[in-house]
Amino acid sequence: MTIQESATMPVKVRRATKSSWTGLAVMTPILILLALGPYILGRGMQQNLVILFSLIVLGTMWNLLAGYGGMVSIGQQAYIGIGAYGLVYIADTLGIDPFLAVPLAVIIAGVLSLPISFLAFRLSGGYFAIGTWVIAEVVKLIVEQMDVLGAGSGVSFMAVTELSPGRRIAYVYWLSLIAVVIAVAVTYLLMRSRLGLGFTAIRDDSVAAGSLGVRVTRSKRIVYVIAGMGCALAGSMIAANTLRVQPESIFSVEYSAFMIFIVVIGGIGTIEGPIVGAIVFFALQQWLSDFGLWYLVILGLLAIIITLVLPRGIWGLISGNGKIRLFPVGYRLVNPLERFSLIKEKAPVGDGGAPNA
Amino acid sequence: MSALLEVRGLSKRFGNVVTAEDVTFDVAEGTALGIVGPNGAGKSTLLSLITGVLPSDSGTITFQGRDITKERAPSRTKAGIARSFQIPRPFVDMTVFENVYVGATFGGGFHGQVGYEAAVRALETTGLMHLSEKPAGQLRLLDRKRLELARALATNPRLILLDEIAGGLTEKELPPLVDLIRGLRDSGVTVVWIEHIVHALTSVVDELMCLALGRVLAIGDPHEVMRSPEVIEVYLGSTFDIGEAS
Ligand SMILES: Nc1ncnc2c1ncn2[C@@H]1O[C@H](COP(=O)(O)OP(=O)(O)O)[C@@H](O)[C@H]1O
Ligand SMILES: [Mg+2]
Repeated sequence: MTIQESATMPVKVRRATKSSWTGLAVMTPILILLALGPYILGRGMQQNLVILFSLIVLGTMWNLLAGYGGMVSIGQQAYIGIGAYGLVYIADTLGIDPFLAVPLAVIIAGVLSLPISFLAFRLSGGYFAIGTWVIAEVVKLIVEQMDVLGAGSGVSFMAVTELSPGRRIAYVYWLSLIAVVIAVAVTYLLMRSRLGLGFTAIRDDSVAAGSLGVRVTRSKRIVYVIAGMGCALAGSMIAANTLRVQPESIFSVEYSAFMIFIVVIGGIGTIEGPIVGAIVFFALQQWLSDFGLWYLVILGLLAIIITLVLPRGIWGLISGNGKIRLFPVGYRLVNPLERFSLIKEKAPVGDGGAPNA
Repeated sequence: MSALLEVRGLSKRFGNVVTAEDVTFDVAEGTALGIVGPNGAGKSTLLSLITGVLPSDSGTITFQGRDITKERAPSRTKAGIARSFQIPRPFVDMTVFENVYVGATFGGGFHGQVGYEAAVRALETTGLMHLSEKPAGQLRLLDRKRLELARALATNPRLILLDEIAGGLTEKELPPLVDLIRGLRDSGVTVVWIEHIVHALTSVVDELMCLALGRVLAIGDPHEVMRSPEVIEVYLGSTFDIGEAS
């Protein structure tokens, strides 16, 4: 049997897995239940869940950057701030409908992130990380100079206060739930696409990826812009939830620390990991809030322990190191061994027949 | 007819280390060029210059009559130049099949089913089919070298640059690989092959080039090159073993 003859057997590649269908079956009722939140949950609980939703979006975006794009940024708070201020400015000052203002703020963040990427991409590795932080500080300093944005003392979000509190909180809750679904779905579809395959290759070895035809810089720029937009989305959720935006808190580097924590304990380089990490982080935050500053120490220690004991994070443990995938992005060849058995009598390295028509 | 690859006055240094100095040569379409030279001669660097992994200091590279000196690695790959790395660079967290599919879809422009088929052909040709679902990080060195070859083949190259892919092969494993490379050349793919195993090289290549300290010492008929006084001097002056490979 020659290679040519065996090639008549069809090549089949599977993208979904059994566990992904099970996952969908589990996630759908959870989503429906969450969508009913405003009818079931108290206002305080809804507002808490909006914080959780924003953490999931932030973790998902940082994972996209670092876990898939290989870019360790500690400056994504720049975009959180742009999203928050953008929402307030567009809704309050320009008088545009707040629910339309959110996507507009996200687009503005995307537009700004493009020139910023040219600056940040001149640096690599540790310098890139520091550079992104410096850029975030510069954005903060600029905002603090702008009277129209409340300068150093910040702004209050007025547009939604016309609504009754119950209604406002419910709307913000639903908006945030939609934001989570969009962030996760976009990440998933991106990673399943050809572009996502390129990102994964770049993460593993950018030189080899480039030599195989992957446009490395362009791919990284796409990831950077999407992550900037996602963080702006989370920023506008935070502003709508708290009704107040202050430069010191919205541009705080603490957000980067939280994002890293979420991704590292959840499991880097998987879509599920940041979701699990955000839930764990959120629970810890609620639980440890009585410990004052000690809670940061405890979080730090936990992050170190988990990285040492579970390098693939909590999701790595749950999924048996990737055996279960709710969001499969890979390419599984169907029955490769059967195919192989047709030609296994051949020498291990081919016979010189036309190898690649 | 002009050559498929024309390299003119190519130079590259790292600080004081000269790795390419006025390197000039042609490779005609459908032929195979072997490259020999002591360790550190600049052989691997030359491949990196041709593929665009490294920028050159001066000189020009023309491929299919087009000046590609300023082009980046991905567009050179799409134009039809593929290479294997001497020290394999697999995508460790991706499966072997996915590794090869990256080459097929990005380098070769084969998307979806056509890409899967191109990847499978490359895996079958290199004897990696039984490992297709394994994470590439778990492969042993020999299979990593095969994966380098498979990924390069999957890009459907017109020019393939091979960097010591036979190193470490046993006497039994060598002939199939030599046959494979000869088959490639005979099917019309132009080959540039760096290898220390001179007898394997000369059994395939049409021309041989010897590099030392970044310079072309000799280029031409393989047996004449190996007999030329400059080449003999380089090999006598080093601990390099011409006959049998490492
Ligand atoms: N990125 C680099 N930076 C500095 N020096 C390098 C680099 N790459 C290669 N060199 C040097 O260039 C010379 C040629 O290396 P190389 O092309 O790998 O030789 P060969 O493949 O012929 O053994 C060596 O002296 C090596 O140390
Ligand atoms: Mg070398």
